[in-house]
Amino acid sequence: MTNPDRAKQYLEVEHNLFQADPKNLLLEQGFTWLVRIFAFSTAGLLLWLSWIIFQDAEPAIAQFGSDFLLSQNWNVGELSFGAAPFIYGTVVSSTLALLIAVPIGLAVAIVTSENFLPVWVRSPLATLVELIAAIPSVIVGLWGIYVMIPVLQPLQLWLYKHLAWIPLFSTEPSGPSMLAAGVILAIVILPTISVISRDVLLAIPLELRNASMSLGATRWETIFKIILPASASGIVGATILALGRALGETMAVTMVIGNSAGINISLLEPAYSITSVLANEFAEALEKLHIGALMYLALILFVITLIVNLIAVLMVNIFTKKIN
Amino acid sequence: MESDNKYSNLQSSPQGQKPSDIESTTPRTDLPALRVRDLSFYYGKTKVLDGVSMDILEQQITAIIGPSGCGKSTFIKAINRINELETKVQVKGTIEFFGQNLYHPRVNINHLRRLIGMVFQKPNPFPSSIYDNVAYGVRIFDRHPRSQLDEIVESALKSAALWDEVKDKLKKSALGLSGGQQQRLCIARALAVQPKILLMDEPCSALDPITTMKIEELIQTFSQKLTVVIVTHNMQQASRVSDYTAFFSTDESRIGHLVEFGHTTEIFTKATNSRTQDYIQGRFG
Repeated sequence: MTNPDRAKQYLEVEHNLFQADPKNLLLEQGFTWLVRIFAFSTAGLLLWLSWIIFQDAEPAIAQFGSDFLLSQNWNVGELSFGAAPFIYGTVVSSTLALLIAVPIGLAVAIVTSENFLPVWVRSPLATLVELIAAIPSVIVGLWGIYVMIPVLQPLQLWLYKHLAWIPLFSTEPSGPSMLAAGVILAIVILPTISVISRDVLLAIPLELRNASMSLGATRWETIFKIILPASASGIVGATILALGRALGETMAVTMVIGNSAGINISLLEPAYSITSVLANEFAEALEKLHIGALMYLALILFVITLIVNLIAVLMVNIFTKKIN
Repeated sequence: MESDNKYSNLQSSPQGQKPSDIESTTPRTDLPALRVRDLSFYYGKTKVLDGVSMDILEQQITAIIGPSGCGKSTFIKAINRINELETKVQVKGTIEFFGQNLYHPRVNINHLRRLIGMVFQKPNPFPSSIYDNVAYGVRIFDRHPRSQLDEIVESALKSAALWDEVKDKLKKSALGLSGGQQQRLCIARALAVQPKILLMDEPCSALDPITTMKIEELIQTFSQKLTVVIVTHNMQQASRVSDYTAFFSTDESRIGHLVEFGHTTEIFTKATNSRTQDYIQGRFG
């Protein structure tokens, strides 16, 4: 071969788009399949779990049907079961927790993301709040029994004494109560709300703040009219995530809610939650119907959290759309 | 001028050939670096580019100019198939790289993107050291001994006129460089894998005039070994750096198309199309 020929051949190899590259292909294809399998089996796990719960709940579903949701009667001896007090306890204590934790969590998020505190105060503060999330909930519950309820009791008595005409405070408090459960849940979910909201606030571009301030707005006007609306989707997301946590929280609630199955409008009265009754009774449940009733409760909790999560996705979408 | 001959040869070559007839899987270095025939481009179902045909010659600098939304970015992104990463795209017609259809199903797309490199509008260095930024692409395609890698990095940085400024801080983060330095680092990174074509999508639009001038000077040094296609909003830039200029535009249909293509001097002094004249004289766009 002559030199120009060789040069031409070399050039053609250099420019060839069809070069085989088996290393890349095998690796890439293999990885694509591997991650697919992982993703689908995770989704499969959820379905499997739901199926098992549904199967175990079957006897109770067959026996009570939808009456189970409204019946207030829970009597293991007579094998008659109703879910209403537990659903009520779970929903009310979680709502109470949100009412307390959202404003405080947002305050923490704003204080630790704005610059009106020096950094050496701000960042330890944020870390400390974050650390609450690291406390095992059974320890929070113990603290609830030995510290929080004694501290809360004078307040509950005061509420009963002076505001008993409001139905919410119309019964005499004995210590453990729906209110105590709400407060303990608020403490448990506080870090979730404040940490995520803080990250969302910190992610708001400085340009927005500059634009607002340069039109003469004050710091708080900027926070309320620009920063918070711009981060609404993230804050809603954080709140719903916290709500999910509150609905599912077991130990801390069980230890302070009073575990008394009944529906009472008064927040000072002991109550019961779905997770608490599961924790308290499951180990001793022998009758198939009893186990079925507990599983039925678990299924209901599952559906409630599912709905909450769906609402979360929906609201985050709505808020995101509003901005864009 | 040799390039003149090349161009006129191609003009006189038979145009009756259908794109499908000339689909081949062996490169032909006697053909233009890129031969675009009747290229229409869709994002999803939306048509953004209609019927573009042009030849981009080897070792020449071709500038693409035109008003916003005329599809010029889409066009150069179609050349290294990088817009497939964003959404589903659909291509009609052909783009050939030395006679090989870029959209042939058996094309090794990673190799294609190595051969047709790209520099983006905003400098996008990786959050790692200057050295690792340049070595990244090289390491992906080949295993080199350290000393050889050092040489490749050094020569790439020299080709991008950045070596003298960074040679003492190769281990420092690339994010600490100024905007202009970052863009030259991105150019060095693209050059290090020895592409045959370098696509530049408004590489200077985020930079100040002095840095822009430096990069323009740089681009002109490339044409000895590299084919450059540069999209620019800046008409002076097109006239300063390029050998050929393509003017893209759009009409009420919002679909971009090629209006005129030719030698830069001709496009800028005696464009045949009145829309090209208007645009170049700043009367619209």
